[in-house]
This record gives sequence, C-alpha cells and structure tokens, in this order.
Amino acid sequence: MFFGVSCFIFMDITTAVEFRNFTFQYRAQSAPTLYDINLTINKGEKVMIAGPSGSGKSTIGHCINGLIPHYYKGAITGKLLVDGQDTAEMDIFSLSRHVGTVLQDSDGQFVGLTVGEDVAFALENDMIALPEMKQKVLKTTQTVAMDPFLKSHPQELSGGQKQRVALAGVMVDDVDILLFDEPLANLDPATGKSAIELIDETRKQSGATIIVIEHRLEDVLWRKMDRIILMDEGRIICDNTPDEILSSGILRRYGIREPLYVTALSYAGVKITPEMHPESLNSMEVSDYRDVLMNREKQITPVSQPSPGSEILSFRNVSFSYDEGGRKILDNISFSIRRGEMSAIAGKNGAGKSTLCKLICGFIQPSAGQIMLNGADASGQSIYERAQTVGYVMQNPNQMICKAMIREEVGYGLYLRGVQQDEIDKRVDAALKTCGLYPFRNWPVSALSYGQKKRVTIASILVMEPDLLLLDEPTAGQDFRHYTEIMTFLQELQSQGITILMVTHDMHLMLEYARRSIVLADGKLICDDSAARVLSDPDVIERANLKETSLFTLAQKAGLDDPLNFIENFISHEKELRS
Amino acid sequence: MATSTKILSYIPRETPVHRLCGATKLIVFLVWTIVCMLSYNTFVLLGALVFGIIVFRLAKIKVSEVRFVLITILVFLTLNTIAIYIFSPEEGVKIYGTRHELFRFSSRYTVTQEQLFYLFNVMLKYFTVVPIALLFIVTTDPSEFASSLNRIGVPYKISYAVAITLRYLADVQSDYVEISQAQQARGVDLSRKAPLKKRISGLIGIAVPLIFSSLDHIDLVSNAMDLRGFGKNNKRTWYSERPFSRADYIVIAVTIIAGAMALYVTFRNGSRFYNPFLPK
Repeated sequence: MFFGVSCFIFMDITTAVEFRNFTFQYRAQSAPTLYDINLTINKGEKVMIAGPSGSGKSTIGHCINGLIPHYYKGAITGKLLVDGQDTAEMDIFSLSRHVGTVLQDSDGQFVGLTVGEDVAFALENDMIALPEMKQKVLKTTQTVAMDPFLKSHPQELSGGQKQRVALAGVMVDDVDILLFDEPLANLDPATGKSAIELIDETRKQSGATIIVIEHRLEDVLWRKMDRIILMDEGRIICDNTPDEILSSGILRRYGIREPLYVTALSYAGVKITPEMHPESLNSMEVSDYRDVLMNREKQITPVSQPSPGSEILSFRNVSFSYDEGGRKILDNISFSIRRGEMSAIAGKNGAGKSTLCKLICGFIQPSAGQIMLNGADASGQSIYERAQTVGYVMQNPNQMICKAMIREEVGYGLYLRGVQQDEIDKRVDAALKTCGLYPFRNWPVSALSYGQKKRVTIASILVMEPDLLLLDEPTAGQDFRHYTEIMTFLQELQSQGITILMVTHDMHLMLEYARRSIVLADGKLICDDSAARVLSDPDVIERANLKETSLFTLAQKAGLDDPLNFIENFISHEKELRS
Repeated sequence: MATSTKILSYIPRETPVHRLCGATKLIVFLVWTIVCMLSYNTFVLLGALVFGIIVFRLAKIKVSEVRFVLITILVFLTLNTIAIYIFSPEEGVKIYGTRHELFRFSSRYTVTQEQLFYLFNVMLKYFTVVPIALLFIVTTDPSEFASSLNRIGVPYKISYAVAITLRYLADVQSDYVEISQAQQARGVDLSRKAPLKKRISGLIGIAVPLIFSSLDHIDLVSNAMDLRGFGKNNKRTWYSERPFSRADYIVIAVTIIAGAMALYVTFRNGSRFYNPFLPK
C-alpha cells in the first residue's frame, strides 16, 4: 500500500510539527498575526499552546490543520513541516490525513445527523465502501465509549458526549496528530475534567501527538502536559515544562490565570520552584506550608446571609414541564433575590438553567407555582412588561445586535418605547459612559471586539433602566483579561445599585464575584449558599457537575483547620488586589 | 422533543412510508409532480388527491405538524387564483371553447362556468402536489435524501448542500425563537396589536442578528467539513445509504405504471384538459 511505503521512507522523522521562521499575515490585516515562529513539536508529545485572545494561538492551530491558507487567506513566509512534509506542497485534504482537529464548538462540528453518520463523515469523503465503513465506525466509537449511541441525534447528547463524537470523527482517519481548539470552552467543570482525561487516554492508546490550544491552564493541567508554549502578540514568549513555567510567575504577566493553588501559595509568601512540581497539586508536598498558610488567615465571616435589600425576584414552588404531566424540567423551585445582590445560578448543561431564565423573562409560563417581581405576582405580565424590571442579556452578543451603529443599537429599546429623541440621547450617553463605550459612540458595531460587543448589548439593556440584570454566561469564551474586565464592570454596576443574576458554570466567577450560588441539578434546587461553601461540598459538586476548587484541596492537603475560611481569605485578598 | 414541531424538518416515525429508500420517494415525488403539472384532467387530479391523502395517513403525519406550511401555501394559492382571474378572466372560455356566463362584475370581468372550472382544476393541481412534497420532506432523513439525490445523478456537493440546508433549518428556527424573545423583551412588538409597519421593522430587527449568527454558523460548519476532507474526491460514499428493498422496487414500478396511465388518460383526446362542456 502507498501508505506503507511512505511510512518506510519517513521512518526517521521524529518531529510532528515544525515551524521555521514562520510569519503569517491575514489578508485583511495590516500587520502579521504570527511573527517569526520557530517551534518544534516531537512525535508523541503532548503540548499546550496557551495565550490570551488575539495572541495568535488559534492562528497557529489553523496553520497546522491547513485552514490557513485553504480558508483564511494571507501571506506566509518561512516554512511549516507536518510529519516531515512541507505544507506549502500539501492541500487541506492531504493535511487532514495527518492532523485531526477537534473544534471548540462540538455542536458546529457535528455535521452528520446521527453519531454514526458523523463519525463516518471522513470515510464517506474517502469513498470507503459501506460494509468497511460501518465496521470502522463501530470500532472507533468503541474506543470513546460512544458505540451505544450510534443512532442518537446530536440534540440527545450531552456536551461531553458530543466532544467524544467529535474526537471519534477525526480518529477514524488514523491521524497521528490531534489538535484540540479550546476543548473546554463550552463544557461544565466536571465534563471539562473528563475531557482532559479522555485526551490523555487517547494519547496513551494511540500514541498520537497531542496539541491543546487553551487558556484555562489549571483545568488542562489536570493531566500531565509535556510542555507549555506561551504566546503573546503573535510571538512565542516561552516554551518550557509546566513546572518551569509555573515557577517563573510569567503567566500572570500575559493574562493567563495560573492554578489557584499556586496563586494562594505565592500570596502566602512561598517561593514556587520547579522542584516542588507545581504542575499538579497531587505531586506537591504542601504540608510543610501549613504554618505559613495559617499565619495569613483572618477570621472572615462568610457572606451567605441575605442582603438587607428588599426582595426583587422570588420563585415560590415553581415547576415547569413542556407537556402536562410530562417530564418536569424544573421541579418545585423556591428562592429569592434581593435588591443589590450579585448571585449566580449554576448547574450542569440541561439542569434547567436556561428554562429558569425563560421563566423569569416570561418567555414561558410556569406549570405550577408563582414568580414574584418586585413583590407583585408576575403571571399576568407580558414579556414587555417584565422587561421593565428584568433586563436579559443573551450569551452571544451577535444574537442581540440588530443595528449597524452603536448609538442606534443602544437606543433601540427606548426608540421602540416611543421615548423622545433628546431623552434617548441623554440616556444612551449615560449608558455608554457606564459601559466605557462613550469614546466609540459613533462607531459601527462591526468594528468592535467580541468583549466590546458584549458591553454594547449590556448597555442596550441598561438604557431601559431595569432593576435586575440577568446575564446568560457573561464570560463564556473570554480569556482572563476580558473576563476580569467584564466582571469588574458588572461589579461597578452592582455598586450603583443594580441587582445582578448570572447563569454560569464558571467556578472562578462564582467564587470571586457571586455573593450566593443557587445550584440546580436535574431540575431541582439542591443548594443556595455562598460559593465557597458550594465548591467545597462533595455532594453538591458531584450532583451539579462542578469541580472542587483547588483552594479547598490545598487547604485540606496542608491540614488547615478551616478550609472554608482559607478560601474566603483568598477571595478577599484578591478583591483587595483588584481595587 | 415535545417542545415544538419545527417547520419542514424530518419527523422520524416507524411507518411503511418512512421505511422506503430516499431515492424511491424522490422518484415517486418527481413522477407525481410531472404528471400533476402536465395534466389538467380532473379525474387524474382527483385520483392523485385521494391517493395523496391515503399516503399521508399511512405516514402517520398529523396535519397539525405541518399546519404552518399548509396555511402559508393555501394563502399563496388563493392569491394566485385571484391573480389568474384578474389577469385572464376569459382563460376558461379560451380553453374549453364554450361560454356559460353566470354573472358579471363589469364588461371585462364576467364569471363563467368555464373559468370557475379552470380555476378549480388549478387549485386541485396544487392540492395534489403540495401534500406529497411536504410528505417527502418530513419523512426523508436529510442525509439519506442527499444520498438519493446523488444516486439519481445530482453532483454530491449540490446534494449535500440541499440536505444540510434542511438539516439546519431546525437550528435556524430555534435561533429565531430565542432572538425574537430577547427582542420582544427590548420592546419589539410582533403581536397583532402593533401596526403593520412596526411589526415589519420588528421583524427586520430579528432578521439581522439571525442572519449574522447563521453566517457564523455556516463558517464553522464549512470549516468542520473541509477539515474532514469534504470535496476531496469526485465521488463519495454514503453511510446512510440503504439498499433497495422489495417494497422499493414495487413502489417504483407501480408509480411508473400509474404515471404512464395517468399521462395516457390525460393526452388521449389530444388535449390536457378534461372538458365537461363538450356537447355530448
């Protein structure tokens, strides 16, 4: 077979990917996105490419899998070798024989109508005959434990299962380089953890080279990584082992969040060295630092008692199902949100979080129970009437923005309400100032970054002066810098008296910013408590697909008496640093 | 999912109609459409209509599941019929060669038995084709549909494009619902209470984000397809392709024979029209 021959010829090739003085500039850009990259990834290695958004890490991925220059055009100088072959002489199809890409959005990657068909997609394109194809699909789905779901449709699968299908869909081609583009972006913490385990197992089984593009370092380091390549502004800043990089303290400078346990130790004055093996808390000997960690502690009362404000939203025994007597999406939910609070609703995908949002906004009506807004029964209020109290910001700003210019977009809701033009102008200016968008007020929306668009959508809701801002995954897909920007901004809003309720499965967000976390699992409210407590409760963590915070693990491992107080201390210290 | 039925998307069920190969259904659909479009023979059309309803029942598709499309088509059909009358009030007389006037609006707009009969036949034609077209779409798995188009000679890239459009129609519809809810919360009023002009501008406010987010989606899907080698060869195989069963052969044979007979009946007198006004 041809394949065998080529294997023989290139047998001594040990590098999987090699960039030599590689520069790339997108056609529409005035400056290169990648500058003079020199990078070698050896066969069988497992590396992480980290960096803030705009650092060029996704662009590197696009070069390796051939989307550059096949789909994204631009000017290339220098060389890129994949499996020893010059990619300048390969098209995207011959590259896809070597590199399998698992995209960030496993929904979008799901091309077929069923699991089996999706996994077969590459084989279909290779004109493999039906009997052989069926056999191969079965074998590959078995390796990712998805074979019982061959006939399932994408909407019947969980986020983690979809990712397994996506992985099978590229492994079916016997590729030897697997490229994961932000594999954790859309997954809840527990699913993210198993995704990392799956990647690790895949490497052990297949011996493939693994390249993971991510900015969520702590989560990726759940399993051993050989190297971390840190990028910023199109250049490689650092290329070293995780132990070395974590000890250097360089990550924070480039907007990458280091693992929380590392941060906590350095706050306590512990000097991190490679010999401590900071890449994993399991491999670290932390009991020596018990006293150092203890010394710093003040007694902090956790902030779980209700705030003094009046009740702005409350659920009283609310249930919801789509058909009468059908499966209850939400079952007997009661909680209340008080004015001025900042709280989070957490829970795994499919737990009923988005249904809860829809109920609050009045898009759907409860099958039983009562929703109160500002002390009055909301059942008779239309979507429009409720919007006076609750401002809803969707996850994806592109789904909300409908005007070309920023001013028009922000003022649209007021215009629809028939507000006078000079009043609109006044309120739009005020909202733009609050959101830090005033300098851009006359720009087209299309000129903004994703994070700025998010602000535009928040401004367009704020302008209607709601009492409660309801945000669906406000920081999804954001790197640490943008995440901090958005959250600091929301905190400012809160200090101006706006109540904030966020739907999220970002645990950092819950820990650092939410006063309370309301946790849903399988349609039931299982916990309503301070985030620190939620994220140290093994039962809640398990049921809601969350993950124990490594601060808690650290405190326990170091033998601290009161791990919760340790976490609260950490949070308040971070807050002080920010302000 | 019991949430809401999506317009024009595949409704999987276990029925003899669903079990037929996509290619078989495509052939039936094509023969059916050709015959019904060519023929103005009232008996052929009535026969097709009755048969269409029987197949519809056989597929266990409820009218409520396709109500929206049916109503839309009915509205256009009515408009179409009115337009025919306005532009050509004497069409029936021309075709059937006689004139039985019932009453008149003006000297140009008379109402004749011939014109009414002609319009009746036009409506009937649509009533025979529409249910079968709908049925074809909702009982055929989009990927199998693509493979059958490819089987009858349509290039696979085009076949796949058609199928993937059908496949993502459902996604676009749920996006539409989400976007429209969020826009309603901002004050877009789409209810009947709002004046038409407001409703239209509201719909534009929903269409813009819908189009942009769909374009993002298309980008993503086409990347995902390229990365897995779509378009690398001149041909491709199909995972969802099913071999023809005996039922398929029988259905195809019956369709072709019935189609030929229908055409024979239609053209027997040298005219496509059945003419009840002919003197006996």
